[in-house]
Amino acid sequence: MLGKGRLKEIADSVLRAAKGDQTEVVIQADADQLTRFAENTIHQNVAETNVSIRVRSVLGKKIGVAMGNDLSEEGLAKVVRNAESIAGFQQENPDFRSLPGPEPADTVDIFSESTAMCTPARRAEGVEAILRRSRENGLKAAGAFSTSTAESAVFNSLGVAAYQRGTSANLMTVVMSEDSSGYAAQAAKDVNELDPQEVGRIAVDKALRSRDPQPFDPGAYTVFLEEEAVATMVFFLGYLGLGALPMQEKRSFLTGRMGEKVTGENITIWDDGLDPEGFSLPFDFEGVPRQKVMLIENGIGKNVVYDSFTAGREEGKASTGHSLPAPNMLGPIPIHLHMAPGSASREEMIASIERGIWVTRFHYTNPVHPVKTILTGMTRDGTFLIENGEVTRPLKNFRFTQSILEAFANARMLSAETKLTKSGFGNIATFAPAAVIDGFRFTGVTEF
Amino acid sequence: MREYTDRALNTVESQGASYADIRIVRRENQNINVKNGIVQTLSLTDDFGFGIRVIADGAWGFASSNRLTPEEIDRVAAQAVTIAKASALANTEPVDIGPPEVHVDTYKTPVEIDPFEVSLEEKIDTLLAADKEARAVQGVAIAQGSMGFLRETKTFASSEGSFIEQTLIESGLGLVARAVAEGEVQQRSYPNSFGRHQGTAGYEFVKRWDLPGHGRQMGEEAVALLSAPQCPSKQTTLILDGPQLALQVHESCGHPIELDRVYGTEAAFAGTSFLTTEKYGNFRYGSDAVNIVADAVTPGGLGTYGYDDEGVPGQTTDIVKHGQFVGYLTSRETASQLRKTHPNAPERSNGTMRADGWNRVPIIRMNNVSLMPGEWSFDDLIADTDDGIYMVTNKSWSIDDKRLNFQFGTELAYEVKNGKLGRMLKNATYTGITPQFWGGCDAVCSADHWNVWGTPNCGKGQPGQVAHTGHGTAPARFRNVRVGVMS
Repeated sequence: MLGKGRLKEIADSVLRAAKGDQTEVVIQADADQLTRFAENTIHQNVAETNVSIRVRSVLGKKIGVAMGNDLSEEGLAKVVRNAESIAGFQQENPDFRSLPGPEPADTVDIFSESTAMCTPARRAEGVEAILRRSRENGLKAAGAFSTSTAESAVFNSLGVAAYQRGTSANLMTVVMSEDSSGYAAQAAKDVNELDPQEVGRIAVDKALRSRDPQPFDPGAYTVFLEEEAVATMVFFLGYLGLGALPMQEKRSFLTGRMGEKVTGENITIWDDGLDPEGFSLPFDFEGVPRQKVMLIENGIGKNVVYDSFTAGREEGKASTGHSLPAPNMLGPIPIHLHMAPGSASREEMIASIERGIWVTRFHYTNPVHPVKTILTGMTRDGTFLIENGEVTRPLKNFRFTQSILEAFANARMLSAETKLTKSGFGNIATFAPAAVIDGFRFTGVTEF
Repeated sequence: MREYTDRALNTVESQGASYADIRIVRRENQNINVKNGIVQTLSLTDDFGFGIRVIADGAWGFASSNRLTPEEIDRVAAQAVTIAKASALANTEPVDIGPPEVHVDTYKTPVEIDPFEVSLEEKIDTLLAADKEARAVQGVAIAQGSMGFLRETKTFASSEGSFIEQTLIESGLGLVARAVAEGEVQQRSYPNSFGRHQGTAGYEFVKRWDLPGHGRQMGEEAVALLSAPQCPSKQTTLILDGPQLALQVHESCGHPIELDRVYGTEAAFAGTSFLTTEKYGNFRYGSDAVNIVADAVTPGGLGTYGYDDEGVPGQTTDIVKHGQFVGYLTSRETASQLRKTHPNAPERSNGTMRADGWNRVPIIRMNNVSLMPGEWSFDDLIADTDDGIYMVTNKSWSIDDKRLNFQFGTELAYEVKNGKLGRMLKNATYTGITPQFWGGCDAVCSADHWNVWGTPNCGKGQPGQVAHTGHGTAPARFRNVRVGVMS
């Protein structure tokens, strides 16, 4: 931990050295540890300490960005020189207005001393709890137990001075037999909230229940999607069309449909970077306070998120605090997504399905047709047949090719509880319920 | 650097490590993105640090830092040993990395024109010219061009006595033109899609691929796609162009031959492999026409280097010979493990362990995994095809976690009728099961059509790592493929 004072000293050094009209410095100080296991043994155990500096220099309407991780005065001055030098080579960007000015921002406490001080021995103990249960059942466990401390800060020459420190702890496992696998994961700010015994119990149980899977014809079926599978679809909805840039370029699924019904009435999705239950970051990578933005409300397309650049293109728009680190070509994206829960219990949801398929999670999901929100991917780590309201047998994994909007138009039940699912990228995390969806399209089947 | 590497290796040895290596790595990146006539992003990155990998108490530990000072080396070295000893708490067997690898050498990517010596003005002018050509076509809504250059200098030293210094230089470029209609976006990319085409080469690589000379064609094809008919859904003959075939090789051959995946160490994240060890030397992967080689020595390939990040020399390995599966990508540890069940397997690693910078541990990564050329000319291949579809440039991809069931989409497709290319088709996709698909390969075009395509965005590992890989391909034909699953 460097602390706000040290990060401000670094920023002051950068801003003192800067000669541009406007200058922004983004500092990311990380300490990450990860214990990885497979075949019931720890095979990789790593730790990293890094501080990266990102300087955006503005000369009139010319912008240059440089990055480095040398914190010496000379190193910082070099990053500034590089940013200003390449800004000098730039053309003027007519869409650029200004770096943001300072605004009061909320603070969110997402720091856990226990996580920051977590030792490799402590992570090994957690891993061993999973491995023991796996060995006892004649199975093989793989997975990762990671703990991270992150300090994020944005300073600029207009007076922005934003700082946040936070921690995260993640434990995930896939437990396998010769012909089956089971998955479980937990994520929290405080490592003490993780329950390795429970993670191991769920994954082992699912691996045992999914043995001897049978092939099943692809087709359109009612599905029970666990929370992680729903979170994958919510994440892609945000990535594909809930930012201002695809709207401005007329390639969002909301293009021409803002204010119209795009999903079922039971679907409400918003972004909230201030929710202390998530991996909150109360400001974006320009230092603008994050706003809670309602994106889809009761099935109606409501809003997209903005950074200062895309907001500057539209009369009367202001940044909603959703910029990504400069430079980026993606535009602003919602990364703290929430999907509203319903009111059903898991038992009620399963009982409601006459004939359908239980999906634990998806694998290697990618867009096929972004405007129609069509994704393809595989099921993984626990796929079961449901008949007359009961889980009857494990199935071999399917390929799906399915529009998210169509799926969310056919989501007839949502669970009363939502679960936080962390993606593999930074602290992007999504709260989503489990869902029962009719007519979900499976277009292929694999051999296991 | 010797003073730092010696200090690290001496420190970990004194704390009980039985093996150690240190990598000191600097990466300099220059990236330029142009969109609709404006330079959207222009950035320079300078990233530096070191990582120490140790075996202590028979288990692995790794720690890294961005501050190369004597005190920090002492701290990180001690941390690596502490982590290894914690790993040993849950280990069942000690790590075995096989016979020692001792090399003292230097390697540098041969380049004609140092890309970091070429002015930004020249690069920007080239991108703007390509962008202008693409947008000269009526109906093109978005044109986007990019260039990227990398210089990586790294020093590797091990407790076995290796000391290797390498400088790798990469150059890459790409252009995409997008046309937008209601509910439809179509795009065409050149020379390749997603993350551009890249090689270990200097600025001569950029000149060779001539972005401005292809801007107009990309624009015209993107606009034409908007009104093209949908690719039909049927079982048919499929011909793939080089870039799409490169991704097919990457996903359905390159990943499943990674021996760490086979042994399950990626099981929880990227997945495992259907090419389990009982199939080694004993499994028909494809037809007789299928010959696949992994190498780190093809000039200009994005997977070309002198030594991997375990200090093992880059080399060439047969993977599939006349359809028969014969080789894996290995590390020192997995090569040693394979020998225990297959005594005829090579004693040493074939040198494919690479790390995504100083702060990541090396894992098995593809180098240049290539489908070797056949004897067909492209024109003869089309002329020899009565009915089928020719698909060009990847647009979407997905494959299961054992690398069997895949589905790809391409930007562009054409009907093939009676030996001639016919109508343009949009939203083309195809799907299959890996050994069946490669078993249906009955023709591969010749060396005249062969190129090593760069894939600079291969994800694997936890924490996540991105590798740069190469794939040599020429267009090839596949029988009885399911196309057009999307309605």
